[in-house]
Amino acid sequence: MRLTLEFGGGLELLCDSEKIHKVNVDLPNGAAAADDFTMKHLLSWVRTNLIKERPEMFMKGDTVRPGVLVLVNDCDWELSGQLDTTIEEKDVIVFISTLHGG
Amino acid sequence: MDDIVKMIGLKNNCTFCGVFRRQALDRGAALLKVDKLVTGHNADDIAETVLLNILRGDIARLSRCTSITTGEDGPIPRCKPFKYTYEKEIVMYAYFKKLDYFSTECIYSPNAYRGFAREFIKDLERLRPRAILDIIKSGEDFRIATTTKMPEQGTCERCGYISSQKWCKACVLLEGLNRGLPKMGIGRPRGVNGDHKKETKKPGPAVKSIESKQCGSLDF
Repeated sequence: MRLTLEFGGGLELLCDSEKIHKVNVDLPNGAAAADDFTMKHLLSWVRTNLIKERPEMFMKGDTVRPGVLVLVNDCDWELSGQLDTTIEEKDVIVFISTLHGG
Repeated sequence: MDDIVKMIGLKNNCTFCGVFRRQALDRGAALLKVDKLVTGHNADDIAETVLLNILRGDIARLSRCTSITTGEDGPIPRCKPFKYTYEKEIVMYAYFKKLDYFSTECIYSPNAYRGFAREFIKDLERLRPRAILDIIKSGEDFRIATTTKMPEQGTCERCGYISSQKWCKACVLLEGLNRGLPKMGIGRPRGVNGDHKKETKKPGPAVKSIESKQCGSLDF
């Protein structure tokens, strides 16, 4: 499944300072069809494949670290079910950290 | 700041940075002869500050920190227009409007006490997003008992700026740095509140009463 992932607000530093990643994600064995692919699957894929350092800055447990904003096709994922949001071909997912300053 | 940290270590960094930055802001504002000083503190910042002041028992700041405008009776009033705006809203706005902004985090902030309050608030926000506004509301509704001793506003003997102690915090910290005493101005004083104790070991001016300052906040 081809997706575009973007990282902002400082999170790009965890992915070799690349803000935009065009990726091809293999559907995990558990997903019977493309309909089953959710944010939960995508997050663990990202943690394994894209996050090169300090994974605790991106994720906490099964979900993103509190303070990280997730937009699926420019829509806050809280409106589409957070971890249960289904992901489809050519979706754009943006992760922005809102934690900055001192 | 790096030079300061080399001298004082990795603790209490926010105290030095916050006090000196605030001083720089105030002096700069006075030089430019402005009418008001406006900062970008958002709802998350205010909620963190309320919790921080409770955790540290800082009654004086607790009573002031939720005011949207402070220093109205002084030369330059200060205001925080984003007091009720969530940090998340601001980030989303910046993203959709494609605004350029700095997102770097202070390198010393992992050691800051404020980080604990922030972590807690972020977890609360996830469970019940209204918690942030509710904390601010609670902070606004606090009433301090009339029997509690509060500091009085005077002027600093060294620089003439407003201060609740003999010397303002910036002067105390600066003196400490210049004399190679990184702990000066940090921590609570021993003895009765308001007493000025002469330090028998060190020569110099009578040591000022020192109030501890919470990390990570400019003294508004």
